Amino acid sequence: MRNVKAKSIKTTDNLHKIIVYFFLIVFSIFFLIPILWMISTSLKSPEEIYRIKFAFLPTKLHWKNYVDAITSIPYFKYISNTLIVTVFCVIGQLFAAPLVAYSIAKIRWFGSKIVFMLIIGTMFLPFQVTMIPVYMIYHKMGFVGTFLPLILPSFFGYPLYIFLLRQFIVGIPDSLIEAAKIDGASEYKVYWKVILPLIKPALATVTIFTFLTSWSDFLGPLIYLNNENMYTLSLGLRQYLTAHSIAWGPLMAATTMFIVPTIIIYFFAQKQFIEGIATTGGK
Amino acid sequence: MRRRNKDNINGLIFASPWLIGFIVFTVVPIILSLYYSFTNFNIFQKPSFVGLNNYIQLFQDDNFYKSMLNTGYITIIGVPLNIIFGLLMAMLLNSKVKGQSIFRTIYFIPSIVPIVACSILWMWIYNAKNGLINVILDKLNLYQPGWLVDPKFTKVSLLIIGIWACGMTMVVFLAALQDVPKSLYEAAKIDGANRIHKFFYITLPVISPVIFFQVIIGIIAALQYFTQAYVMLSTDSYTLASGGPENSMLFYAISIFYNAFQYLEMGKASAMAWILFIVSTIITLCVFKSSKKWVFYGGGD
Repeated sequence: MRNVKAKSIKTTDNLHKIIVYFFLIVFSIFFLIPILWMISTSLKSPEEIYRIKFAFLPTKLHWKNYVDAITSIPYFKYISNTLIVTVFCVIGQLFAAPLVAYSIAKIRWFGSKIVFMLIIGTMFLPFQVTMIPVYMIYHKMGFVGTFLPLILPSFFGYPLYIFLLRQFIVGIPDSLIEAAKIDGASEYKVYWKVILPLIKPALATVTIFTFLTSWSDFLGPLIYLNNENMYTLSLGLRQYLTAHSIAWGPLMAATTMFIVPTIIIYFFAQKQFIEGIATTGGK
Repeated sequence: MRRRNKDNINGLIFASPWLIGFIVFTVVPIILSLYYSFTNFNIFQKPSFVGLNNYIQLFQDDNFYKSMLNTGYITIIGVPLNIIFGLLMAMLLNSKVKGQSIFRTIYFIPSIVPIVACSILWMWIYNAKNGLINVILDKLNLYQPGWLVDPKFTKVSLLIIGIWACGMTMVVFLAALQDVPKSLYEAAKIDGANRIHKFFYITLPVISPVIFFQVIIGIIAALQYFTQAYVMLSTDSYTLASGGPENSMLFYAISIFYNAFQYLEMGKASAMAWILFIVSTIITLCVFKSSKKWVFYGGGD
């Protein structure tokens, strides 16, 4: 009797496993096909793309699409513009976010609780609410058409990253900070010598997040950049789409080249990235 | 006493980058935006006061309601859809299977594709004649929708892209699932609970704080829905400031953008922004209020 029950549990377990694998694979196809289709299109000749007879893979590799993509848009100019904005955003975020996070996590001052609540509150504020006045402020300062409106906000700390770093700093034992203070360390020294080295993994997460968000940002550059020489990749690619929406081969080649850097970064920083999302997203 | 003063000064100094930013880029703009919403102005002229005129105009404008309806659609249908799929995928990845890390990578990659690239890629897949989906449907002799041309399908197309790129939600749920104490499942097993029982009586309640957080984040993001639709509206088949077929892709944020930067009606756009501010605050507060009924916080952390 017992044996029979154990057997039936085993078969339902196996059935369950089969169902799980089935769905895992179905979803995998759904996630991968678009990207593979993009790469495959980027290597097809125009005739093959518009041919009614359908083939997933190109019959002959048509590398000219990549040459077209690079020569018909200033691809490297866009890449370097995107990099400039991204690097300064990372610097700004690494300067401001941990400072503010430390102040609300470990310094007992009159505003710490209020500031923490305001930071949480602004996380829920849609960008469009402040978009127009902020544009006017930059316009009055003469910054529209430069990279400054895209970079400056980073130097004030982004709420989500402050929140993420705070979660890490709260976990550092107070005794460590007290001990340093008894040895005569000032608040600044504690921050620099004790806190920052301990939160390096979290700083890496902030770096990757900031990198990917500014690399992919579209609305910011769309509003503030008006000179084609200063376009970032997002803007340049959309411009290319507007001008050549029929040229799917080169368009897919350009899109592939836009995605590749993010995928490379993801592979190098997978762990930091996943852990970062997990920490910001739930607790 | 002295220690206390020192802490106050240090705290203020350390927090000052964010405080300055908060005042200059949040508090002042919100107040300015309210003021602008009662004025008429483009960037080049000084604002002139027109009272409630912008609001009255908006409430008589069909496109305003259309953009609200479209945004409501993407919020009410899109947010639950993303949460359900994110949770489903996280549960699949959480079961003991071979090649778990490969599956995890595959599931996550779409979410790191820059939105503009993602939009262009899907425009090609949705292409009415040579796009991947319709080519396959053609082979199978099935009906081929005009995904981005037929107003009945445009928002469905956007929802599918949303599911394709819901890896962020999935990762958050995956972390939450891994934090559910194993002892709870074991106890339930002894009581003879099956998988469905376990899911509804253990998993869901334990991860409810995470679901709550995802609902809030999802709603705020949906209210700002912009880039995907805007990029899809940028082809040569549409004129400047288009809302797509029958305005089916005219979302609220896109409408604000058109009013502000295409028509240079900054006053009207500010009025829209303020309405968005009020609506998003009300929704967030309602979700917070309702959360007392369905979110369970355990004793632990």
